[in-house]
Amino acid sequence: MKPIIDLKNLCKSYGSHIAVDKLNLQIERGEIFGLLGPNGAGKTTSILMMLGLTEPDSGSAIVCGHDASRDPIEVKRKVGYMPDNLGFYPQLTGLENLLYIARLNAMPEKGIAEYARGMMELVGLGAASDKPASTYSRGMKQRLGLAEVLIKAPELIILDEPTLGIDPAGVKEFLELIKSLQREQGLTVLLSSHHLHHVQQVCDRVGIFVEGKLLATGDLPTLSSELFASTGIEILIQLTRLPKDADALKSNFSGWPEINSMNVNGDRLQFNTTGEITPKLIRRIIELGEDIRAVSQKQYGLDEIYEKYFENNTNITLDNESIKRKPLFGNRRK
Amino acid sequence: MKALSASRYLATEENKAKAGSQLSPFKVMVSKEVSDHVRSWRFILLLALVVLTFFASLYISMSNIRASFSNSGDPDHAFLYLKLLSATDGSMPPFHVLMSFLAPLLGITMGFDAINSEQNSGSLTRLLAQPIYRDNILLAKFYSAMLIISTLFISLTLLMIGGGLLFTGVRIEPSELLRILGFTLLTMVYVGFYLSLSILFSIAFRQAATSALTSLGIWLFFTVFYPILVNLVIRAFLPDPAYLSQSQLMGYNELIMDIMRIAPGQLYSDAATTMLMPSIRSLGPMSMEQLSGAIPSPLPFRESLVIVWPQLSGLLAGSIAFFALAYYIFMRREIRS
Repeated sequence: MKPIIDLKNLCKSYGSHIAVDKLNLQIERGEIFGLLGPNGAGKTTSILMMLGLTEPDSGSAIVCGHDASRDPIEVKRKVGYMPDNLGFYPQLTGLENLLYIARLNAMPEKGIAEYARGMMELVGLGAASDKPASTYSRGMKQRLGLAEVLIKAPELIILDEPTLGIDPAGVKEFLELIKSLQREQGLTVLLSSHHLHHVQQVCDRVGIFVEGKLLATGDLPTLSSELFASTGIEILIQLTRLPKDADALKSNFSGWPEINSMNVNGDRLQFNTTGEITPKLIRRIIELGEDIRAVSQKQYGLDEIYEKYFENNTNITLDNESIKRKPLFGNRRK
Repeated sequence: MKALSASRYLATEENKAKAGSQLSPFKVMVSKEVSDHVRSWRFILLLALVVLTFFASLYISMSNIRASFSNSGDPDHAFLYLKLLSATDGSMPPFHVLMSFLAPLLGITMGFDAINSEQNSGSLTRLLAQPIYRDNILLAKFYSAMLIISTLFISLTLLMIGGGLLFTGVRIEPSELLRILGFTLLTMVYVGFYLSLSILFSIAFRQAATSALTSLGIWLFFTVFYPILVNLVIRAFLPDPAYLSQSQLMGYNELIMDIMRIAPGQLYSDAATTMLMPSIRSLGPMSMEQLSGAIPSPLPFRESLVIVWPQLSGLLAGSIAFFALAYYIFMRREIRS
């Protein structure tokens, strides 16, 4: 099946600042893809190019089978986009805002009000639908934004920083809503965020986007195994009390070929191994007469992945900042 | 939730089947803009101002309509309805003079935050993410404001004609009706000129206050300072009239008038006066040869229209030029706020 988003060598620069640099990305139908990157990495620019709202300097963006820069109307018919700073018409009620968007999407007038009301219920704004949008809280605006995205029955929804500015409980609820909608309706979701944990909760695949470049894509296990293949598996075993003889314990394991290193720190034993040998380790420790309270195996989450990429990119970031500061003394334009 | 999403699917399918029976996005935008304008306080305020001006000047002209109608020295005295619009006893300027001040204000009020308020609030991005053409947004803003303005002026004029009929019982001449409608159209074009100017500024400036002040500044410059400035410059450069021949004097006069006509307000008042006073035969100075033998009588509507045609087309061209510039800037604009 053809990918729903197909970006080829997409480039965009503002003056001397390169916002997006040769972006290649394919997103399949039905997946939740997380575009992860710090602020100013070019996520929003890439998204705007996918919707044909910004002209790319070079390269092509095929979204839902249409070229985004040549045929943006067709793309926008099929794609629901929620921008990062959501603004609604403050003088209209939430429902009226939603109805306006529904009408712009050429929905027939008959039954549109009930349909919109149902959509408000779906995103959990049923009680607030007749209040002016100016009274909405940030979380409610986010929900209204989602309702607007969904009301056009899109094939693909693009959410730009959807979790920005909502409290943790709200984030969790919001992400669950997205996930359940995706599952029930087979939508494709592309969401951008600089918040790793949010992305980690819902995304099937993530792309790490730094300084206009897509550094890596893949699901989390793939990413972590790619990155941390050399570092091995960390196993932490907590004993109920201090080991009787730490040195004997150490020497006992020193002969094992799978163990890279071992560390005894009070009642905690730290192993770094190349293979999956946790059961073997536990059995041996019990045989040695120690009691185990807890065993944990360290999983590499996005935090580590993210950090790892940023470690490699700190220099670039600094360079970029100096570019941003320069215009004060030079020409005014970016 | 599942039930809802199922019903949503059904609804969508139904919608798709029925597609084609609904309003076009442009009409949806226009109706939303119109309702926004009509509900906004500043429009209501300005509407009140225009209506008040209208009725005040109408009251004054009504109260001394008898005197101006029976004044046989005035070649236009028989045009009762034109007199209603233009006659005054001196206590208040006639309606068309007041409109030359108020109409720009009306246009500026309706356009100065057309685009930048949407951009600042973030609703522009959302709007552009819908399947609509970008130029339709601009066109809808202009069109809806013009729709309101034309409704306003046409209903005011019809109200005046109806009131006049009821009050005096005099039949309206077809040429009078044409002149009054021409005046209404002229006023609409004049408002449209300032409307497109202020929409242009609403795109060029990010802050609504900046664009409002710039539009108001231009309006103020042309109504107050421009005549003063032209006067000063002319006085400095013009040779002493005593040493000029008749034809040279005429040439200079013509030149001064042409310079004055850069101001849109001048164009409007020239044209409005010609429309409302049928005896005006020329907007420039006339020589004795031209005047000799001329009977001071009203011109037919067509002749008056020929006289104001340059003014009307100048105003129209100005509005179109500003709108085209606004269009050009807006189409290439980065939309992120």
